[in-house]
Amino acid sequence: MSALLEVQGLVKRFPAGGPVWRRRYVHAVSDVDLSIGRGQTLGLVGESGSGKTTVGRCILGLYRPDEGLVRFDGRDVAGLRGSTLAEFRRRVQPVFQDPYGSLDPRWTVGRSVQESLEAHRIGSVQDRRDRVRELFATVGLDPALGDRHPRNLSGGQRQRVGIAAALASEPELIIADEPVSALDVSVQAQIINLLQRLGRDLGLAVLFISHDLGVVEHVSSEVAVMYLGRVVETGPTAAILRAPEHPYTRALVEAIPHPDPSRRFRHASLAGEIPSPVDPPSGCAFHPRCPIAQASCRIQVPELEPVGEDHLAACPVVARVTTRPTT
Amino acid sequence: MTRTTGPALALDDLRVSFPSAQGPVSAVDGVSLELRPDEILGLVGESGCGKSTLANAAMGLLPESAEVSGAVRLGDRDLTILAERDLRRIRGDEIAMVFQDPSTSLDPVWTVGDQVAETIRAHRDVSRREAKARALKLMREVGIPSAEQRYGEPPHRMSGGMKQRIVIAAALANDPAVLIADEPTTALDVTIQAQILQLLDGLRQRRGTAVLLITHDLGVVAQVCDRVAVMYAGQLVEVATTEQIFSHPAHPYTEALLRAVPGTGEPGAELTVIPGQVPDLAAPPVGCRFAPRCPFATEECSIRPPLEGDEAHGAVACWHPRSRDREVTAR
Ligand SMILES: Nc1ncnc2c1ncn2[C@@H]1O[C@H](COP(=O)(O)OP(=O)(O)O)[C@@H](O)[C@H]1O
Ligand SMILES: Nc1ncnc2c1ncn2[C@@H]1O[C@H](COP(=O)(O)OP(=O)(O)O)[C@@H](O)[C@H]1O
Ligand code: SF4
Ligand SMILES: [Mg+2]
Ligand SMILES: [Mg+2]
Repeated sequence: MSALLEVQGLVKRFPAGGPVWRRRYVHAVSDVDLSIGRGQTLGLVGESGSGKTTVGRCILGLYRPDEGLVRFDGRDVAGLRGSTLAEFRRRVQPVFQDPYGSLDPRWTVGRSVQESLEAHRIGSVQDRRDRVRELFATVGLDPALGDRHPRNLSGGQRQRVGIAAALASEPELIIADEPVSALDVSVQAQIINLLQRLGRDLGLAVLFISHDLGVVEHVSSEVAVMYLGRVVETGPTAAILRAPEHPYTRALVEAIPHPDPSRRFRHASLAGEIPSPVDPPSGCAFHPRCPIAQASCRIQVPELEPVGEDHLAACPVVARVTTRPTT
Repeated sequence: MTRTTGPALALDDLRVSFPSAQGPVSAVDGVSLELRPDEILGLVGESGCGKSTLANAAMGLLPESAEVSGAVRLGDRDLTILAERDLRRIRGDEIAMVFQDPSTSLDPVWTVGDQVAETIRAHRDVSRREAKARALKLMREVGIPSAEQRYGEPPHRMSGGMKQRIVIAAALANDPAVLIADEPTTALDVTIQAQILQLLDGLRQRRGTAVLLITHDLGVVAQVCDRVAVMYAGQLVEVATTEQIFSHPAHPYTEALLRAVPGTGEPGAELTVIPGQVPDLAAPPVGCRFAPRCPFATEECSIRPPLEGDEAHGAVACWHPRSRDREVTAR
């Protein structure tokens, strides 16, 4: 069975100044492959600037990829026009970090949700009213709050409205970009529970983008870890958090501040900072900070290779150690 | 610098309110807390609970409009009644502060090195050369690579993590007894956050600076704090050692907050939510401010519970505390 969403060899660059004949580029996303099955959740993690948002925006069709393709339900998204494009937009919906930006401040939030129904030509005018109330109930909001403006809602309530607006078109895939990052823990817990419940009840597939590994551990059993525009490791979240293979993932996992004083940082943390994506390091982009780098790491861009069951890492040094010949 | 055996900083029944159209906003309501020399004390709570107001009150940085009562004792002085001139002498010398966004603390047109050196010269009668030498030493101490080279750079050439190191260097320039860090790693990535937390911990150990580490992140607290004070809606609800807070939280709010953190329980399981919302501080509930959301609330709770306890068990402000002695059983 083919996946609902398939991303292959995705590349996205942004011009970063310089004369036309020697234009420099931000290498935001380089050769990324992802796949999400129907009803599945995939976590996409990485530190800021690693390219997570760009991947999400390429999938949504908000950015045109420079290379590679995004296939939704078997069809290349770049080739969609007219009604097939409208259909795609209905089936794939975004949820952002702060819906403040996506909700019109002059409209009541009820109207905003109603507008998304209209935009997708769903139901008659009369139906839409009822549908808005239903959607509010689905996301756990008192429908009476529909008469308020975004500024008169709390952060958690606004995020529920954002989710209601996304659900209006009955999508099959949600691209959730840091949906709980701006919220306090107790509110974050409510929204995470809501997203989990909706995923289950509505059979939604979710690309859950987050910089917080604790949140991703909770919401998705599969994860892809990005560093400087590339996926460096992917596989079952539990396995990756228990035994990360890629040296960058190891450093990332070791830096998680566990709310448990018996699990304090044990090692000196990863030295240095993420280099500029304008001239990313050659070969393995992690090599300047990597504790186990070898000479070849500066030359060869590592491929994702199996290091365990359904578990891939883009580091030939660890792959050599982990993969033993089967007897 | 002489260090006394008493607390490095003591808040005594501190109250701060701000005027608003809905009436006074009671942002800090009767907080008493001691920061001991050499310790990292975490102050944790969700946004709007009054953490920054408390920190600004301790630094004498509140706006004119704020109504303040109670005392902030640094040594034998009460900072709430000092004149601005005297405060300015103390700030950056005996007590210093680090904010969430390092850019707000740094002047964009000055070199970062000169800003550290200037902090020294503002309080010490030393030559420019001497100040520069000390600034360089500080920059190395806070882990800035090729400090000589970076000394002459403006802030915008530096990453957020590097800028925060510069701010920490400037804060430590005059070897203050107390450092207040208000969400110092909130804007940083996790690997950089780990570096900065390890830096703060190392500085505390080497220099014996008392640190009040303010954060909304229970993970940050667990990593580096010796003791933890939990704040809810302007009041302290619990103060105990980090081990106690995380293994046997005594206040229902602390317990609920810990359970709401993802990544601690079973993946995919429903997270515990705290019903209701944070109260409006212009019209807070009488008595225990957590009562309307508390599963254990009784009639008694309409009277404010005092923050009580002892050294061994920590202190809790609750009429029905969860027992510290109870075994934590997995539910
Ligand atoms: N529209 C844009 N124009 C130029 N550069 C961009 C744009 N969007 C993102 N970038 C750059 O691409 C890189 C990846 O950014 P982003 O996808 O936002 O990462 P993340 O979401 O992981 O923080 C960053 O260096 C960022 O500055
Ligand atoms: N300068 C101010 N004027 C009016 N209200 C303020 C001011 N500063 C803070 N407050 C209010 O005081 C309360 C506590 O805020 P704050 O101390 O910033 O909380 P925290 O740092 O825990 O997020 C909030 O209700 C906030 O709106
Ligand atoms: S005092 Fe009462 S309302 Fe407040 S936390 Fe304790 S039990 Fe709950
Ligand atoms: Mg992003
Ligand atoms: Mg604050």
